[in-house]
Amino acid sequence: MTASDARPLSRRDWLLSDRPASRMQARLGRAYVAWRRFSANRLAFLGLLIIIALLVVAAFADVLAPYSPTIGDLKNARLLAPSAAHWFGTDDLGRDIYSRILFGSRWTLYVVILVAVIAAPIGLLVGTVAGYAGGWTDAILMRITDIFLAFPKLILALAFVAALGPGIENAVLAIAITSWPPYARIARAETMTVRNSDYIKAVQLMGASPFRIVLRHIMPLCISSLIIRVTLDMAGIILTAAGLGFLGLGAQPPLPEWGTMIASGRRFVLDQWWVAGAPGFAILIVSLGFNLLGDGLRDALDPRSGDQ
Amino acid sequence: MTPAISIDGLEVAFDRFRALKGVSLEVKSGESFGLVGESGSGKSTLLKAIAGLVPAKSGSITVNGKTLGARRDKAFYREVQMVFQDPYGSLHPRQTVDRLLQEPLAIHGFADGEQRIQRALDEVGLGNGFRFRYAHQLSGGQRQRVAIARALILEPSILLLDEPTSALDASVQAEVLNLLEEVRRRRKLTFLMVSHDLAIITHMCERLMVMQNGEAVENLTASQLIGHRVEKDYTRNLLRASEGFVRTA
Amino acid sequence: MSGTLLDVDDLRVDFPTRTGLIQAVRGVSFSLGRERLGIVGESGSGKSQTGRAIMGLTPPQARVSAKKLALDGIDLLAMPARQRRALRGKRIAMILQDPKYSLDPVMSIGRQIVETLRTHEKVSKAEARERALAMLEAVQIRDPARVFDLHPHEVSGGMGQRAMIAMMLIAGPELMIADEPTSALDVTVQLDVLGILDRLVSERGMGLIFISHDLRLVASFCDRVIVMYAGKVVEQLKASELRDAQHPYTRGLLNCMPRIGYERHPLPVLDRKPEWAA
Ligand SMILES: Nc1ncnc2c1ncn2[C@@H]1O[C@H](COP(=O)(O)OP(=O)(O)O)[C@@H](O)[C@H]1O
Ligand SMILES: Nc1ncnc2c1ncn2[C@@H]1O[C@H](COP(=O)(O)OP(=O)(O)O)[C@@H](O)[C@H]1O
Ligand SMILES: [Mg+2]
Ligand SMILES: [Mg+2]
Repeated sequence: MTASDARPLSRRDWLLSDRPASRMQARLGRAYVAWRRFSANRLAFLGLLIIIALLVVAAFADVLAPYSPTIGDLKNARLLAPSAAHWFGTDDLGRDIYSRILFGSRWTLYVVILVAVIAAPIGLLVGTVAGYAGGWTDAILMRITDIFLAFPKLILALAFVAALGPGIENAVLAIAITSWPPYARIARAETMTVRNSDYIKAVQLMGASPFRIVLRHIMPLCISSLIIRVTLDMAGIILTAAGLGFLGLGAQPPLPEWGTMIASGRRFVLDQWWVAGAPGFAILIVSLGFNLLGDGLRDALDPRSGDQ
Repeated sequence: MTPAISIDGLEVAFDRFRALKGVSLEVKSGESFGLVGESGSGKSTLLKAIAGLVPAKSGSITVNGKTLGARRDKAFYREVQMVFQDPYGSLHPRQTVDRLLQEPLAIHGFADGEQRIQRALDEVGLGNGFRFRYAHQLSGGQRQRVAIARALILEPSILLLDEPTSALDASVQAEVLNLLEEVRRRRKLTFLMVSHDLAIITHMCERLMVMQNGEAVENLTASQLIGHRVEKDYTRNLLRASEGFVRTA
Repeated sequence: MSGTLLDVDDLRVDFPTRTGLIQAVRGVSFSLGRERLGIVGESGSGKSQTGRAIMGLTPPQARVSAKKLALDGIDLLAMPARQRRALRGKRIAMILQDPKYSLDPVMSIGRQIVETLRTHEKVSKAEARERALAMLEAVQIRDPARVFDLHPHEVSGGMGQRAMIAMMLIAGPELMIADEPTSALDVTVQLDVLGILDRLVSERGMGLIFISHDLRLVASFCDRVIVMYAGKVVEQLKASELRDAQHPYTRGLLNCMPRIGYERHPLPVLDRKPEWAA
């Protein structure tokens, strides 16, 4: 948003108007109210800043990184402690850890976005269909969900990666396959609460098909709780990806993936703590960012927190 | 002339609970028919069974000469629409009035949506200023007007009204009742209207049926009720209660 | 009036919100003897907030102020919170519209009544039970011993409301505030409950504030009526003189309801004037 336009005060009134004059204004007004609720929360705002910083870093890693992430100076720069030249020190192959972390943010984002894009829609679809259809459809879909939920996520992901072969794409796939069941549960619970409401009955009375009702009337109601949950899960996803990387089943060296970096740094963790410590700290910060953001979104989007 | 709604021996059960125990009813075309009775007597269930929202266990429902099966087709919903009791629960919380009114038009493939929405809003006395509001930006009476506009936009011939004003203030109730009477006159609609308030039923309806425990107690005309010419004690009690509190001492 | 039980002068309730100050009650004054006083008005006119302010149940974010708010000469606003709490239930009681929300769902009805009594009076368990049963009988519950052990979800709306009244009356309050106590009930049940309330009030010499949106009902039940609009009292009159009400708002409210045997098409509607709220 460009902040410094001609009439900042009247624009606020325009957004908060009780009688919007167009579809666009109504939608923007709604978004603005949610934004005000969100930005009133300092910690959530901090979370948002962290995530924005992550995006910026990922986008401009080439420009920001002082050294190459994969080619190191084996002769002169092995395992140097943090200094002005190498902010986070260097690793056993003489690579600048700061640069590797900057580039590693791309892989973190890659994992996070792919998992969200795959897992959330699957969960949403399974949950809303099960919740709306009820009966056998519900029973079958929920038993499948339960089977997935019964295993710890990392173990299940390990099994999938073992079957599919190591590599970051397969790690993403494995995490996505293992993370949709909780989303399906949430979407189903939400669907069950709105399924019998009069406004859904009214749409049924328009002659809408079940498909249309689920897609256009029920899913939009589930989406905000799903967004909140996915955001809160991001930290877990990053950690699972890092865990797989650490176990050698995720990203393969020399990819600068944070989990893999910790794994390769663990041999020096007592003497050269920065090799494993710096990527660990990066994971911590980003996870925290997503968590704070998720909490803030919960306050801003939660329909139960009042629609006034 | 074929009756608008004709119901014969309708049974509805929820699990083992019999909500309707063989109710029969005939509503003439263009008539306004009332259903009264205490809460839990099955009034809403009767309307929902007609609308296809709850399954009938036995008995038949005929609308405009067509006997209905278990499923309702799209054509049915262009004949019959419903307005619900609770104006706070019958509008989707995430949709603007515009979107609410567009939905039926999209489902039935109307091309002139823009004008129809415009006209529907004018007809229920809401100007364009309300078109892009969300439900939470409307008062109870305005919400009920939107619900009426939504029910009318497909131009049905029959309107099922489930206590459409019981959640509203008396002053707003009067406005909504006037609106309903006006659209009925203008569009020659058939009403089947539920209320627990005898005064509203005698105001709005020509004939009525009194219900208790899922059964019809008696059928009356409004003038019979007004003249206290009723047969059953149950109806007489209702009539007495509607006259307000009487101190006995 | 010497028998004044409650004295309210210039009562105000304000809700500070992000978009500005909401004045829910704007200078309400009245006094109450041992009588039935009705408060009527449309929803949002401040009836409930008036009742809650007297009861001391205003939400914490709201500000309550008054020139005078006194029960039997005791200043309620100057009183420490503890003392105010002790007064609730003991000397002032309140019945709400839906017993489902005011009764504890996991405790039997009898236990709730007994607990209420024992927080206000030192009585033995056996005696408390005796009195609870007697109270259930007084609100015309036919089989008090059975209802005593039932949980709130196991009884009908009318029965729940009677149980609620029994609970509120057990400690023998002098002032009862009933906020739409019968609006959720069927007309016939409504009259039964009103009958019970009426008898208890006159037998025990309580003061009753009866809040309702139904002007006709209030007129047939109460001695005196206060009509509220937008947080203010627009008219105060005897119930028997309601037909001669002066204020156009009161007259509008009376007229706009359909009545059996009076054909009026269309119904007269209220033509709101901005000066009513001024
Ligand atoms: N979906 C349902 N499941 C089980 N019981 C129901 C359901 N809907 C209604 N009932 C029961 O059917 C009876 C009639 O209800 P209803 O038709 O809503 O009554 P009314 O509208 O006359 O107050 C009530 O006892 C109610 O509890
Ligand atoms: N918690 C609250 N926050 C803000 N405003 C409130 C709150 N509770 C009540 N109000 C306002 O107080 C006014 C009066 O409410 P109330 O006393 O409940 O009305 P009534 O009982 O007459 O329907 C309403 O306009 C409402 O907007
Ligand atoms: Mg009903
Ligand atoms: Mg109230």
